[in-house]
Amino acid sequence: MSEKPKIGLYWCASCGGCEESVVDLAEDILGVVEVVDIVFWPVAMDFKRADVEAMEDGSITATLINGAVRTSEQEEMVRLLRRKSAVVIAYGSCAHLGGIPGLANQFDREQILRYVYEEAPTVSNEAGTRPSTEHRFNGDRATLPSFHHAVRALDQVIDVDYYIPGCAPTPKLLKQAVEALLTGALPPKGSVIAPDIALCEECPRKDSKPEDLHIERFHRPHAVMADPDTCLLAQGIVCMGPATRGGCEALCIKGNMPCTGCFGPTSRVRDQGAKILSSVAASIDAEEEADIIATLETIPDPIGTFYRYGLPGSFLRKSLSQSS
Amino acid sequence: MHRKEESGETGVPWRPRIVAFFCNWCTYTAADLAGVSRMKYAPNTRIIRVMCSGRIDPQFVLDAFTEGADGVLIGGCHPGDCHYSEGNYKALRRYHLLRRVLTGMGIDERRFRLEWISASEGDKVKQVINEMVEQLQQLGPLDLPAERMRLDSELEEMRPRRSVIDISEELKEAAHV
Repeated sequence: MSEKPKIGLYWCASCGGCEESVVDLAEDILGVVEVVDIVFWPVAMDFKRADVEAMEDGSITATLINGAVRTSEQEEMVRLLRRKSAVVIAYGSCAHLGGIPGLANQFDREQILRYVYEEAPTVSNEAGTRPSTEHRFNGDRATLPSFHHAVRALDQVIDVDYYIPGCAPTPKLLKQAVEALLTGALPPKGSVIAPDIALCEECPRKDSKPEDLHIERFHRPHAVMADPDTCLLAQGIVCMGPATRGGCEALCIKGNMPCTGCFGPTSRVRDQGAKILSSVAASIDAEEEADIIATLETIPDPIGTFYRYGLPGSFLRKSLSQSS
Repeated sequence: MHRKEESGETGVPWRPRIVAFFCNWCTYTAADLAGVSRMKYAPNTRIIRVMCSGRIDPQFVLDAFTEGADGVLIGGCHPGDCHYSEGNYKALRRYHLLRRVLTGMGIDERRFRLEWISASEGDKVKQVINEMVEQLQQLGPLDLPAERMRLDSELEEMRPRRSVIDISEELKEAAHV
């Protein structure tokens, strides 16, 4: 047996982009595999759950878990990996704050299942069949994991030591985290391993952001030709930069697209959506109530805009079943 | 949503809890005036004094609901009267956007109210609070903490809640908070 540190990687409710970002280390990944043993990585290597169960508790140096937790299987797996790992890192927006899958917390489990298996225009299911957690046929028994009532960020299920933010995290951040892990130069537990500054601080358009914004109406990014050198907020495009942690080096801004908030808030902010809502609303020009309402109507989907990556990790977490 | 009309253990009838954020210059002074004028109004409100309604971070409102408030009331100076010239306009804009988020998340809009109450309007404090208490009585408890407990009961093990700002002491020191 080698004495190299052992690394595990696992995915839950996610798109696979985080796994891609590991592969995006490109040739640097060779350096990583030279110094660590990857002991579990279902997307790329043939290990089974039983292999993890056979490991000693705490024997994995660090496990990077991406994706939110929605099913009983994901919950079981992350609890198992927590037991087996000395350090657990929530990797990417979904594990960090719930991510895009977390937007499903605007709806109830029943609403989701009904739509997906009955009402969606592409579905033909007259018998109204739904997946069940257990099915017996000719003496055989097939099982499926159960579907929880809410999407959860990883730290709403297990204890998490560190967070690497982003949808997906940049290879640079991953490399920094791996280096910190290997050299033992780790920040305090609970840290998000990315700079603790707002994105605006590292934005190439920073100098064009006016002291006071006077937004008359909001424009959705697909509906305008944005000037590539001017602050997007100054152009009336909702940019999450002021309430979002930097560290991505303004990738979207450089592509002339607004920040959508995937790095989550800085350490001083508890609820990223509320914070950008506060900033954006205060920056509009109108003073009369009716004008204010009309200007704000040009943001058609405030929850999807402000909480795009963080609804489960926000104060409200999940919508109430019925209005109350 | 379950509606508990009595808090189970004590048998004390449920009464709505309102967290009110009042600006120092107008509404808080009005509440003070209501007090010294010995006006009687419903005792369900916990008033938090802020320097300006423009200082009310939407996070405060969400935090209040998350911690168990049945309603949140914001009180500020009438338009044009803000001590800091435009804080109340910012509060109004934030209020309307936050209201849409709250209703989108299933929280009835009558639980979140903004009122302009000047320093001389002690009677308006009384009237607004009484009205809001009555409405909340009709709506019943919101009780988000219980809702969260119920939701998390589907987990194998319950996780402790996140603290308001979940950072370590060292980080707090580094960030000067």
